[in-house]
Amino acid sequence: MAYSFPEEVLEHVFSFLTSDKDRNAVSLVCKSWYEIERWCRRRIFVGNCYAVSPEIVIRRFPEVRAVEIKGKPHFADFNLVPEGWGAYVYPWIAAMSAACPLLEEIKLKRMVVTDESLELISKSFKNFKVLVLSSCEGFTTDGLASIAANCRNLRELDLRESEVEDLSGHWLSHFPDNYTSLVSLNISCLGSEVSFSALERLVARSPNLRTLRLNRAVPLEKLPNLLRRAPQLVELGTGAYSAEIRSDTYSNLAEAFSACKQLKGLSGFWDAIPSYLPAMLHVCSGITSLNLSYATIQSPDLVQLVTQCRNLQRLWVLDYIEDRGLEALAASCKDLQELRVFPSDPFGAEPNVSLTEQGLVSVSEGCPKLQSVLYFCRQMSNAALVAIARNRPNLIRFRLCILEPRVPDYLTLEPLDTGFGAIVENCKELRRLSLSGLLTDRVFKYIGTHAKKLEMLSIAFAGDSDLGLHHVLSGCESLRKLEIRDCPFGDKALLANAAKLETMRSLWMSSCSVSYGACKLLGQKLPRLNVEVIDERGPPDSRPESCPVERLYVYRTVSGRRVDMPGFVWTMDEDASLRFS
Amino acid sequence: MERSAAVFENDLNLKATELRLGLPGTDNEPDHQQSSSSSSQVMKNNKRSCSEMDGSQKTGQHQESGAPAPKAQVVGWPPVRNYRKNVLEQQKKPESDTGSGMFVKVSMDGAPYLRKIDLKFYKNYFDLLKALENMFKCTIGVYSEREGYNGSEYAPTYEDKDGDWMLVGDVPWDMFVTSCRRLRIMKGSEAKGLACL
Repeated sequence: MAYSFPEEVLEHVFSFLTSDKDRNAVSLVCKSWYEIERWCRRRIFVGNCYAVSPEIVIRRFPEVRAVEIKGKPHFADFNLVPEGWGAYVYPWIAAMSAACPLLEEIKLKRMVVTDESLELISKSFKNFKVLVLSSCEGFTTDGLASIAANCRNLRELDLRESEVEDLSGHWLSHFPDNYTSLVSLNISCLGSEVSFSALERLVARSPNLRTLRLNRAVPLEKLPNLLRRAPQLVELGTGAYSAEIRSDTYSNLAEAFSACKQLKGLSGFWDAIPSYLPAMLHVCSGITSLNLSYATIQSPDLVQLVTQCRNLQRLWVLDYIEDRGLEALAASCKDLQELRVFPSDPFGAEPNVSLTEQGLVSVSEGCPKLQSVLYFCRQMSNAALVAIARNRPNLIRFRLCILEPRVPDYLTLEPLDTGFGAIVENCKELRRLSLSGLLTDRVFKYIGTHAKKLEMLSIAFAGDSDLGLHHVLSGCESLRKLEIRDCPFGDKALLANAAKLETMRSLWMSSCSVSYGACKLLGQKLPRLNVEVIDERGPPDSRPESCPVERLYVYRTVSGRRVDMPGFVWTMDEDASLRFS
Repeated sequence: MERSAAVFENDLNLKATELRLGLPGTDNEPDHQQSSSSSSQVMKNNKRSCSEMDGSQKTGQHQESGAPAPKAQVVGWPPVRNYRKNVLEQQKKPESDTGSGMFVKVSMDGAPYLRKIDLKFYKNYFDLLKALENMFKCTIGVYSEREGYNGSEYAPTYEDKDGDWMLVGDVPWDMFVTSCRRLRIMKGSEAKGLACL
């Protein structure tokens, strides 16, 4: 090509491209663009750690500075993936430790992270800045101590919802005295006490601290000590929000809160008692994100607090808010974009609160910007779903969990097909959908017909036959992740739509009717998929071919079969039959 | 309401592949992480389509004790993460049990007869003291750690599990509710002794 730009110019132009999609498109234009782009890509997102190997990633993008990797399938959150399944991060850290010394950021979700991995991170990357471990497990506070001790440039340490073996609270003291670059700290998942004086000193010497999420063990009486040292906080997670009723505690707290003029996000509030809520009143008008999902407060205090936050954009709350509270929310918080209502008594046989479909309908009526919903309740009707769909065609995420499986429309006793049908038909930008209640194949026909932008679908205890699965696989053009449990979906639909699976990130099916024979066939037909059977009953070929497998996890990959499978995972490929004999 | 799985054209062992739409615990293998109670506790649940409609039908399911039977737990359903489940368990206040209240006798110095109140009805000290003030038409005043209820006409005290008489307000509310045996509203002058401790 006679008229091409010098590489440096192209590189500079590419530096303005941040989205993976754009960069991927650029790299397909021609070989030289591919080469230039790969040398200047700094951020990598790996949606499935087994879809590609660390070696391949590093070989292609040697100058990567930030990696984000996801491991286990989503249903692992609900104990559907047995212990020891995989998603070990160590091979990634080891590979990057050798090849990418300039790495700055590691974000992991649902991966197994050992102390060894943390230590390796802390010693390998001199400019390491950001560590986010979301729903991870496998490490102890010793690993955290390595990070604290060695990462001189650390800005963010976020352990959100990870399971950490809490050996001692002293790890925090390993941050050196001259370490002052902390911007974000989230230790809300830790069980035991951290050394409070170490925490206090850390906060005091961190002028850039913007996010501080404490764990439950930090007592309310001590919160003002921290707030006074960090009035610039933008996001705060309190510890337990309960203490003896004392006027001095109260006034200290109120005073400390009122000094925090930049607070936008609040969370924590374990064991909250109403008496201390008014201490926060001054900050409410600035709050855009409020997570009360661990707070035991009920109406009227709960409602009063929520409605004070007129600029609320995101609310996570327990069902103590009840229909009346949601009605009040709808009237007060016109900027609301995301609502999550969690169950306070998910396993109770009887409803303990007055929260029904009506609450969600109210919010859908009153909050024009509502786009993301997660709602646990005990009853639903088609009429309500239709109303919600008509009110809020701008919904992007709609996850409804009716606590009891297969519950019909409580008014008409019909399946909820029509209601969810209305959702997918009206909400044309819907990207994520979780279904519940009594559903027949018809709802899947609606989904396949209308949900053209749907990327993630979760199905449980629904459908009548393979036709349901077929509708989804053949109709949902944008589908990336499909997770199914306890549905009568089997071989026919899966095999007929096998090629579709190569266009998706992954498919999970557990307690369905997919036979071992079909799994083998799928694995043989599509070598670019890993077809993995998870079965704790022993080798699948010790049972008839027609026997349904316990769990099936299918995902596309460029790295071939896993090399780290535990004894209860079998991969289906050409060699499968040879291996088992 | 049971239905068999889709019939396939090839000959499949229908029995083996039959998916019953009843609650798991019968067919499916229990997940290792499932608690031992859940798989064995198969409640023959007739309320498939009528669950919410007929309240009386529901109560028919309940065990003799009067408290609603715990549901047979399906693994991973409802989809609540472990951390949240654990927090909810810990937070389960006695109030959430239906029926059982926590009634304690309340005596007031000079009053001709005692009263009884349900401690679980109140959420905090403030509510309790207001209720007592209403019930006995007296003023109890504000608690402070140093002075107790000094200056008030009356001071609330309680007998704890160990048989000791304590000043109401010293310990966190939850601790108070579980340890309080009976209440006594003392004359302010008599209560001075307690406040100095």
